[in-house]
Amino acid sequence: MQRIGVFVCHCGSNIAGTVDVKRVVEAIRTEPGVIHAEDYPYMCSEAGQQLIAKAIEEHKLTGIVVCSCSPRMHEATFRKAAANAGINSFMVEIANIREHCSWIHKDVEEGTEKAVILARAAIAKLNLDTPLQPGESRVVKRALVIGGGIAGIQSALDIADAGYEVDIVEKTPSIGGRMSQLDKTFPTLDCSACILTPKMVEAAAHEKINIYTYSEVEKVSGFVGDFKVDIRKKARYVDSTKCTGCGLCQEKCPSKKAPSEFNRGLNTRSAIYTPFAQAIPNVPVIDTENCLKFKTGKCGICQKICAAGAVDYEQQDEIITREYGAIVVATGFDTIKLDKYDEYAYSQSKDVVTSLELERIMNAAGPTKGHLERLSDGKAPKNIVFIQCVGSRCSDGRGKSYCSKICCMYTAKHAMLIRDKYPDTNVTVFYIDVRTPGKNFDEFYRRAVEDYHVNYVKGQVGKVMPQPDGSLLVQGVDLIDNKQIKMNADMVVLATAIEPDPSVRNIATMLTASIDTNNFLTESHAKLRPVESPTAGVFLSGVCQGPKDIPETVAQAGAAAVKAIGLLAKDKLTTNPCTAQADILLCNGCSTCANVCPYGAISYENIQINDHGIREERRVAVVNNALCQGCGACTVACPSGAMDLQGFSNRQILAEVDAICR
Amino acid sequence: MQELVNRAKALLADGTVARVLGWKAGEFAYDPEPAFFETEEDLKDFVYDGFCGANLSKYMIEASKLEGKTLVFLKPCDSYSFNQLTKEHRVDREKAYIIGVGCKGKVDVKHIKEAGIKGIESIVGADYPNPAETLEIKTLYGDKTISYKDAMLERCHVCKGKDHVVFDEQIGESADTVDAERFAEVEKIEAMSPEEKFAFFRAELSKCIRCNACRNVCPACSCRKCVFDSTKFDSAQKANTTSFEEKMFHIIRAFHVAGRCTDCGECSRVCPQGIPLHLFNRKFIKDINTFYGDYQAGEDIEAQAPLTDFTFEDREPGQFAERG
Repeated sequence: MQRIGVFVCHCGSNIAGTVDVKRVVEAIRTEPGVIHAEDYPYMCSEAGQQLIAKAIEEHKLTGIVVCSCSPRMHEATFRKAAANAGINSFMVEIANIREHCSWIHKDVEEGTEKAVILARAAIAKLNLDTPLQPGESRVVKRALVIGGGIAGIQSALDIADAGYEVDIVEKTPSIGGRMSQLDKTFPTLDCSACILTPKMVEAAAHEKINIYTYSEVEKVSGFVGDFKVDIRKKARYVDSTKCTGCGLCQEKCPSKKAPSEFNRGLNTRSAIYTPFAQAIPNVPVIDTENCLKFKTGKCGICQKICAAGAVDYEQQDEIITREYGAIVVATGFDTIKLDKYDEYAYSQSKDVVTSLELERIMNAAGPTKGHLERLSDGKAPKNIVFIQCVGSRCSDGRGKSYCSKICCMYTAKHAMLIRDKYPDTNVTVFYIDVRTPGKNFDEFYRRAVEDYHVNYVKGQVGKVMPQPDGSLLVQGVDLIDNKQIKMNADMVVLATAIEPDPSVRNIATMLTASIDTNNFLTESHAKLRPVESPTAGVFLSGVCQGPKDIPETVAQAGAAAVKAIGLLAKDKLTTNPCTAQADILLCNGCSTCANVCPYGAISYENIQINDHGIREERRVAVVNNALCQGCGACTVACPSGAMDLQGFSNRQILAEVDAICR
Repeated sequence: MQELVNRAKALLADGTVARVLGWKAGEFAYDPEPAFFETEEDLKDFVYDGFCGANLSKYMIEASKLEGKTLVFLKPCDSYSFNQLTKEHRVDREKAYIIGVGCKGKVDVKHIKEAGIKGIESIVGADYPNPAETLEIKTLYGDKTISYKDAMLERCHVCKGKDHVVFDEQIGESADTVDAERFAEVEKIEAMSPEEKFAFFRAELSKCIRCNACRNVCPACSCRKCVFDSTKFDSAQKANTTSFEEKMFHIIRAFHVAGRCTDCGECSRVCPQGIPLHLFNRKFIKDINTFYGDYQAGEDIEAQAPLTDFTFEDREPGQFAERG
């Protein structure tokens, strides 16, 4: 029989405001096993912990229930206090009477009743608790960064500078990411490539950084400190060790009709290509869908003219398996598809472009060599209309409910750059709100309005109609003057919402990292652990976690790196003892548990069994406790109930349910 | 039938198998029972006729532990159970020599009695391979008849098909006996209000005498120790404390076999109280088919079972919530 002490916390008025803590103490005094119960204003305080220690000693307690906040907040505190007072730290149960109770109830009667029930459940569980001992696991001193944009590059550089090996896996042929597609950056208007390419070069040259481009993560197993990852290095059909990057193959390639991904499909590229001039590595890849050699078997020009003999049509995908202690996810973003926004005529007119396409048009290496011109007829636009929040802050379900955060600033940038370079061009911006929080951001926006006379109109555009003369009729509303606006434009730019790169879903599943309804990776705590995934050992860098501009992305990339370094610096990790165990006398050996185990922690062995006198060899499940993460999937899948989770046994959970339903 | 006996004798004689698992005559003509035969002499009791509904797959669990191979006769539907047990590592395929035996639908005396025929002395017409269209029954109250179809087991009306999914050799022809919609009964229950459903199951399950026949015959209920027989769990005690113990037992059992039940119908066949127990399992099968695409447990030994698998095409939990 346990000797249980129950400690009810007021949490100031956080709990005591809606829960009559004195009544809770009295109500649970008669519960089985309870021999001591008391309340205190702040149980987590030094004095509160001393009170627990004193009670443990005085009443020779074998376990304690603390009725307080979520175990995510203070379970560790109370486990430590219990251990210091001489009882096993797993003989501590938390009844969450704050988040689960006082904060969501208004009525004291209801709140008190529920608090008593939650306390009873915790007591019922503690009655079946047994002391558990944590084990140890190793830390592989190497990090994996998934995504080679500015976020991934920065995280990798910071981790590598701390002395740890880092691998970057990038799915496209070059690192650089979205930032490499940008022309200028706000609020300083410096050239994006000029600040990015030195970072790319630094990462490529870093002795601790290894870059896998044109590669994807295919499988992840293991756990914090000891992940095992399969990386698929897609066949480039060009030998990186031989290629000199001379570019002759791209020049001579006869198949030049593939849309350029880098230029957002605004122009074409050859079938053998590097995405852009400063690509790292400067080794082309062959796009087999457009390559004549692969399509028809005839051609082979690139192979013939390559002086280095680097072109190899026989090259195969390669699977590289490596171990990592920490994983940083930096998968970035893309703009949303605009097929649900037909009113802006994006699919009908070449002169309706997204802001990211405008970046390419404005860029000297872009499809128009940096000249601002209409893609339909090459004429210089005289009237340009920018439409904000296309798919952002959307309440009708077509787009995203969130603010994409970067559009107000880059639109101000575009407007200013256009007015600066082409002063005879009229620029109108339709906006819902202009949001400019950030260092020197509002000053930047005001310069666009006051110095560059960009015409900002508060209101949305209802329709863009291509006219027979090639112009675009923009129909909108000015909410301040309360009037309809009809204006002719030569070009319309849509501030298209951003969303996480679609590849993140797959990666999140492999990492068992959670994502929200918008596919952004969820952080462990919105305020206090913003760069850590709830999955231990997985860290979040950049827009994969939420919309961000470049400075924020770089700051978060550094923060994620620091968290990863903090993990890699440890030699051993303490493992959770709450892992699964198979009762070999009950096990049928049916493999159901191994099928559902996401960590590959269960294997089977044929062992000699003495089952109440019946001696026979049986196939039974064996759990690798280093791999088991205690998720419990096996315990519910097991038809015979042979699988059980230490610290969360089926009996304990049913005892809790019974206590709640009593 | 003689062909089966001859083949069994030959396989025993040449040492291919150490024993034969089949059916032997019972006390009455209509209750043959599963039996092991170890010698040619034993095989004189062997029968195979329209009353041999018993699925022999589960007996192979124990037979797999014996020395040498066991010759087992499996009807097409039984072969699904055998496959499922192989998949769960409960039977050893290497220890079995399977003769896939033909089937023209199995009849059951329960249905004859339900038709009001009492005091049965003998039944003629249930022979394999040539069953009569009408069974002729001698009773204490005179001669009676019932059509073979009317006496057939429920599972034969919704037969899975004439193909064996696993066998070493096949003997005998099978007939197409399907004349009902597999999920028609389930749909009827689905259409009921919650109160009507509860009343229906209460009425049916109240007949249960907890004889455990359904569990003991079920090839999916093959646990070494059932949770209801173990002191490690509180399942039995919990069921005992409710006023409707049978409901707890059958619902827990249905959940335990969900996704693994091949719908062999043995539970309903052996129930002495005539409870349509297969309806629970068939509801699960229908839901699995609806949510994850058609899946037949036991059909493919390599296939991942939908309830113990995860794919990107799986329904989102919200869709289940909406459906209720």
